[in-house]
Amino acid sequence: METQVLIIGGGITGVGLARDLALRGIHSVLVERRDIAAGASGANHGLLHSGARYVRSDPTAAAECREESALLKRMAGHCIEDTGGLFVAVEGDDEAYVADFPSLCARCGIACKPICAAEARELEPVLSERLIAAFQVPDASVDPFHLCLDTLSEALELGSRVMLHTRAAGFDRDSGRIRRIRLINDETGAESWMTADLVVNAAGAWARDVAALAGIEMDLLYSKGSLLITDQRLTQRVINRLRPASDADILVPGGTVSILGTTSIPIDSLDRIVPTVSESDHIVATASAMVPSLKTTRYIRAYAGVRPLVGSRSIDDGRALSRGFALLDHANDGIENFVSIIGGKLTTYRLMAEKTADLVCQRLGVDRPGLTAVKALKPFAANRWTAAGLSPKLWMKAKASGDLLLCECEMVPASAIDAVIDGIHEQGGSPSLYAIGRRSRVGKGTCQGAFCGLRINAYLYDQGRLEGRQGLTDLRSFLSARWRGMRPILWGTALLQEELQEAVHCGYLGLELGGRR
Amino acid sequence: MTDTAHISCDLCVIGSGMAGMSAALFAADRGLSTVLVGRTGEIIFATGFLDLMGVHPLEAGRLWNDPWAAIAAVVKDLPQHPYARLSAETIRAAFQEVLAFFEAQGLSYSGFPDRNAAVLTSVGSVKLTYRVPLTMWSGVAARQRKAACLLVDIQGLKGFSARQIKATLAGAWPNIRTAKVVFPGAHPEGDLFPERLARSLETAGARANWAAVLEPYVQGAAAIGVPAILGISRSAEVMRDLEKRLGCPVFEIPTMPPGVTGLRMKEAFERGLAGRQVGLLLENKVFRAAVHRDSGFLLEAGSMEPACTIRATAVLLATGRFMGGGLEADRHAVRESVFNLPVHQPEGRDDWHREDFLDRRGHPVNSAGLQTDEFFRPIDAAGRPVHPRLFAAGSILAHQDWIRMKCGSGLAFATAYAAVESVRAELQKG
Repeated sequence: METQVLIIGGGITGVGLARDLALRGIHSVLVERRDIAAGASGANHGLLHSGARYVRSDPTAAAECREESALLKRMAGHCIEDTGGLFVAVEGDDEAYVADFPSLCARCGIACKPICAAEARELEPVLSERLIAAFQVPDASVDPFHLCLDTLSEALELGSRVMLHTRAAGFDRDSGRIRRIRLINDETGAESWMTADLVVNAAGAWARDVAALAGIEMDLLYSKGSLLITDQRLTQRVINRLRPASDADILVPGGTVSILGTTSIPIDSLDRIVPTVSESDHIVATASAMVPSLKTTRYIRAYAGVRPLVGSRSIDDGRALSRGFALLDHANDGIENFVSIIGGKLTTYRLMAEKTADLVCQRLGVDRPGLTAVKALKPFAANRWTAAGLSPKLWMKAKASGDLLLCECEMVPASAIDAVIDGIHEQGGSPSLYAIGRRSRVGKGTCQGAFCGLRINAYLYDQGRLEGRQGLTDLRSFLSARWRGMRPILWGTALLQEELQEAVHCGYLGLELGGRR
Repeated sequence: MTDTAHISCDLCVIGSGMAGMSAALFAADRGLSTVLVGRTGEIIFATGFLDLMGVHPLEAGRLWNDPWAAIAAVVKDLPQHPYARLSAETIRAAFQEVLAFFEAQGLSYSGFPDRNAAVLTSVGSVKLTYRVPLTMWSGVAARQRKAACLLVDIQGLKGFSARQIKATLAGAWPNIRTAKVVFPGAHPEGDLFPERLARSLETAGARANWAAVLEPYVQGAAAIGVPAILGISRSAEVMRDLEKRLGCPVFEIPTMPPGVTGLRMKEAFERGLAGRQVGLLLENKVFRAAVHRDSGFLLEAGSMEPACTIRATAVLLATGRFMGGGLEADRHAVRESVFNLPVHQPEGRDDWHREDFLDRRGHPVNSAGLQTDEFFRPIDAAGRPVHPRLFAAGSILAHQDWIRMKCGSGLAFATAYAAVESVRAELQKG
């Protein structure tokens, strides 16, 4: 196999780069070790930053966010809900920080309108009665899965290729160049070699491991952030705590739910990234100063991601483009066709991809400008099912006879599952419960997959898409994955639901025993 | 509140799951005036199988064909398990009494003498259980013989795929054919629910129509497996009629809960208890409970709000765990919901659940619950009974994991039986 550019990593940066290159007529193959948006791209707030959060700590990043968020609202509007945002301070918060905030925003060109506490509480009744200040900013909410999937789909339509569950296992080097890349498919165990003119490392938190394949030591720090999902949407707007960035100070509406986070815990290893009980308690306790009902609301699940932070060495050697992300040209390390793009945030992914593509083009001797700032992202029908509240709407509108609801919590019908499976096939994946869950609302409602998992498995067998004992294997790994997010929030009604799930999956089906004598 | 809203009784059973229902049965049959208060509860999720003991020790995942030997091992290894408070004779007597009651209510059970049976589940896994509804029994024999079998599923009945069961069993039971059929009279493309199908099959006409649909697929099958929809209150009769029409044994496989298997038990209990003059306050919960050391208990019960008062000499708490509402948890601790009794539990929430959902050892919080004395009276921190006439039975008891050990029904019946014996002894004293 050969390609012009091999992209390692199927997060938003990797798929953004694949699309950017494709729009410039450059062929790429993207390899992703697990699934699309399986790392930080799928484990964040889904917040499209106005930049206001960074006005004091990082004005460059703040200005980038301002420009990029405004641009994405035009270019990828179908993945974004332009909710607007509020920054609020409560009694006890630093009043000097509050006083400086409007002028800091103005310095970065970010629209910021002060409103009185009563007005803020009228807009968002769940806000604390102890509010002392509130400002309106142009924050928005973005569906990162939808954004990643559509970005990838457009790249594929333009002739790029993707290989899921495939990792780069080694580089075959020859006089300062990567000649071939050894690829391993972790699902099938199949090994293959890829020849590429240029290799881009866009592996997010795993970029250090990929760089190590080329013998390059990368200065990347890991910070784990955990978030909680509430069972209802608590606010219409993004709510930020007006104080220096800290834990549990952002609440982002996402369709029919709200997402609360985060923590920031330095970690050394990427082996087990799970939200913990103590993190969920800390988040609830801290954020309830801003929104008191967060203490009593029901949580659906927790999740955790890893922020790859660019270490000080990378920045000090002058290669960093901004405090937010860094584009590393490994020609400086003696490998001329290897580039790493690291750090950054969801809001600035397009800019990161564009800068990387510019460097790629320069290396390939191609003189074509980037088009992602002027060409809107194309919506694909197969990818729209991640949006909460969409499938019930379409299902009721269509009233298609025989279109059974397979996920009753989130009302996902069989037709939606079919569409999602078509999308998975186009991406070269296999339609497991896990893959379907990542591309739809399946498993995201109150049952957390306990019942819809069984219905969908039965459906997949009926459709001839599952054979042998694969369904049981898939069900176990799906439930295990959902469990990591359930464990930290099991109290109240969620614990009751969990007991029911255990009674069905273990008491009746005996899944913990392997399902067979 | 009207005058009729005052009830006096010897025993008030709180909870309408397997333990509460069977406790009320035992009490009524022993001549105690009995009132049962309970919400619908988890019984509607029951598969119909009656587990006695299947897995021990959990960490080894050891399966037992002989449940009585398994119980002996549990009693030896886990002296705090509720079974360790009971003799084998008590457990056996409790089981027999409930089975006889079900039989009289038209809900017949089968099983091997002193041995667990292997039954099929709706995902094609195999489960060990002690007593099997008669309507599922032919499946046990068919599986044993690996008989040529037809598995049927129904268009529109979600979560039940004959093809899935066949595929999952493939190596272990190769001789299976499958058929997907349209249920007569049902919209061929609509969403079907087991309860409606089951009620429809209680009429001879519907059975004749369905038999006509199935008939062409029989083709010499030694047994036909169908989703559990063979009627509610007369399931054995429905099965026999279908067998006669098809000329072949028919067996059910439980559908995804909640199906009709739990409903059959619920209705059988409700019918039988009403016939025994048990005061049934169903869809009710206890809102307030006042306790007097001498005069007994004053309970305020109702559906949405307190609507009646119950004066009871003794109370048997069979409120279940989280699903049943007997235990409640906030972020910090587990508490008992009616009397705020001391709950044995792990130190903190981080210790409640293991990191893997399917960890064979089970989650520590599953063994949380009420600790009792030898008479099944909840005890306080000092180890003394909280009240001389307050008893507890079923899954709310500590030191057991009924889901993983596969001992739910046995635990419910046997502890209810023993607790009712204690109630009787205590009332005779007074």
